[in-house]
Amino acid sequence: MKNKIRFVQGNEACVEGAMYAGIDFFAGYPITPSTEIMEHLASRLPESGGRFIQMEDEISSMCAVIGASLTGRKSMTATSGPGFSLKQEAIGYACMAEIPCVIANVQRGGPSTGNPTHVSQGDVNQARWGTHGDHSIIALTASNHQDVFQITVDAFNMAETYRTPVILLLDEAVGHMREKLIIPEAGELDVVSRLRTSLGRDVDYHPYLPREDGRLPMSDFGGEHKFNVTGLFHDMWGFPSNNPKVIRGLLRHLTDKIENNIQSITRYKEHYLDDAEYIMVSYGSSARSAIHLAKERRARGEKMGVLELQSIWPFPAGLVREKCADAQAVLVVEMNMGQVFAQVKAAVKKPSRVFLGNRIDGKLITPTDIKTYFRVLQGRGV
Amino acid sequence: MAVKDYLRQRFFPHMWCPGCGHGTILNSLLRAIEELGLEKNKIVMTSGIGCSSRISGYVDFHSLHTMHGRALACATGVKLSRPHLNVIVPMGDGDALAIGGNHFIHAARRNIDITAIVMNNRIYGMTGGQFSPLSGTNIKATTAPYKTIDQEFDVVQLAIAAGATFVARSTAFHAKESTDVLKKAIQHKGFSVVEILSQCPTHYGRKNKEGDAVSMLELHKTNTAKLGSKALEKNPGLTARGIFVDLEKPEYCAEYDKIIAFAMKEKVS
Repeated sequence: MKNKIRFVQGNEACVEGAMYAGIDFFAGYPITPSTEIMEHLASRLPESGGRFIQMEDEISSMCAVIGASLTGRKSMTATSGPGFSLKQEAIGYACMAEIPCVIANVQRGGPSTGNPTHVSQGDVNQARWGTHGDHSIIALTASNHQDVFQITVDAFNMAETYRTPVILLLDEAVGHMREKLIIPEAGELDVVSRLRTSLGRDVDYHPYLPREDGRLPMSDFGGEHKFNVTGLFHDMWGFPSNNPKVIRGLLRHLTDKIENNIQSITRYKEHYLDDAEYIMVSYGSSARSAIHLAKERRARGEKMGVLELQSIWPFPAGLVREKCADAQAVLVVEMNMGQVFAQVKAAVKKPSRVFLGNRIDGKLITPTDIKTYFRVLQGRGV
Repeated sequence: MAVKDYLRQRFFPHMWCPGCGHGTILNSLLRAIEELGLEKNKIVMTSGIGCSSRISGYVDFHSLHTMHGRALACATGVKLSRPHLNVIVPMGDGDALAIGGNHFIHAARRNIDITAIVMNNRIYGMTGGQFSPLSGTNIKATTAPYKTIDQEFDVVQLAIAAGATFVARSTAFHAKESTDVLKKAIQHKGFSVVEILSQCPTHYGRKNKEGDAVSMLELHKTNTAKLGSKALEKNPGLTARGIFVDLEKPEYCAEYDKIIAFAMKEKVS
């Protein structure tokens, strides 16, 4: 048990989660503040027979992950804003060709080179719509190291379950901060293995024909079944098609397989939420300050609580509507100009009661910052 | 096995224009694979976007039709994951050396065991005839109505400088020679580059008054000469064909296997 307790950075917690989930391929390119993920995997992966490669750029890292995943490996890359922009082309390819993989984006300030060593949560919408065309995506996040570990395992599990890229939307503060991490014993957490086809050599295998439960069994490159993988619209064999029915069907499938499973995908935590009159909706490192404040206020008898989102896409609108139904005011605490705020406003019954409590200057939002917002919205002056 | 057994015949006739050199190159490649006796499910053909890249859909191997310029980057992931597979990457000139130029030089630098085939018709065919980084100067294209002023890459020199350990050139006219070269390239342990000059009568030939496919093929013959031949000695302006480099150097995946062996031992001890 002693070995299982660590004092680590959030980026290392992500690495530990990835190892627990069975990662055996990583390709990446150095970028602050995510580089530690890559550095640790460079030493950890070969110890267990996995493979690591430092590629020539962010684009090729994402491409190598795609190639590796198709041979049956659990694959991942890690980056930050500028690199995340570059990876979007291949993330779209992974959406279209339904290739399981995990992309960690340890967010920093943007746009452009922005603020490499400071915290931000400005890539929420990019995670959803960074790549072109209609598609759906899963984006997960966490505010402490134990949760980073768990959510990383979840990310790999969801990538395999839904055959899709999953974005791990971490941030600089969580990535670089050090705190305790207890690594669960093997078997303690569920780890989803790739669903492989049971069809034999001479049976016609359809790589893009969903089973009744919506899952698509895969066959590894190098295995018995030879099939085509393309970024073009394709039929159930993976061959390009212009057939309007095929195009419509595939686009619906790519969206439905995620949106229809929002119940199973949604991850969240409640902090002091019972009977709360003032609710903060937050996520990632912002949520730490929100939780701190709620704890303080509860001690004074104020009915304040936090809904901490751990899955941002698909956005859990139903959950937010339900949890915020009786709130006098909802304050969305985040470090951007209102990306989740817009989603919350659209989700609740009374959008006029939703307010934004943000910070966008590269500094972590503090409980004091949030207090100021509450003073204003409770009519107690600045 | 007959060549047709390597094809997914239900997708024929193919989408290439009449007179295009790409079909001939596909034929040369399949004959090389047949003569080497490679198993179909031990081959992964990875391609990007463009006329040449459609090859991957026509062959009965594991086929990965990726993004424009990204074939070698995706292929690197496949090869490093499963080094026992033969990874063959057919690319067009724009695909390999414009948008994919960085991946090209870095795959060469790593000396990863992938066979890269540059099917060079000196034009972007699929988008309708724009000049490429291999067109060279004084060429007409839809994006060079007053003729090109862009200098071209010499693929062979570029590949050698970047560290490729097998580099060769042939043409669509020299189909048997191409097969021989491709066989050696596939067998080579390391990054191999084979440039094969192809012809695009539809977009390049018409605009540049090179005539029909037959006269363009004739140019492959008259404008090139074998390495070490008298013809090349007499007329150094001709494009050289043959094997320029065939070196043994540490191969990337084999080197990584050593890292795994070392790291696993370290962990135990």
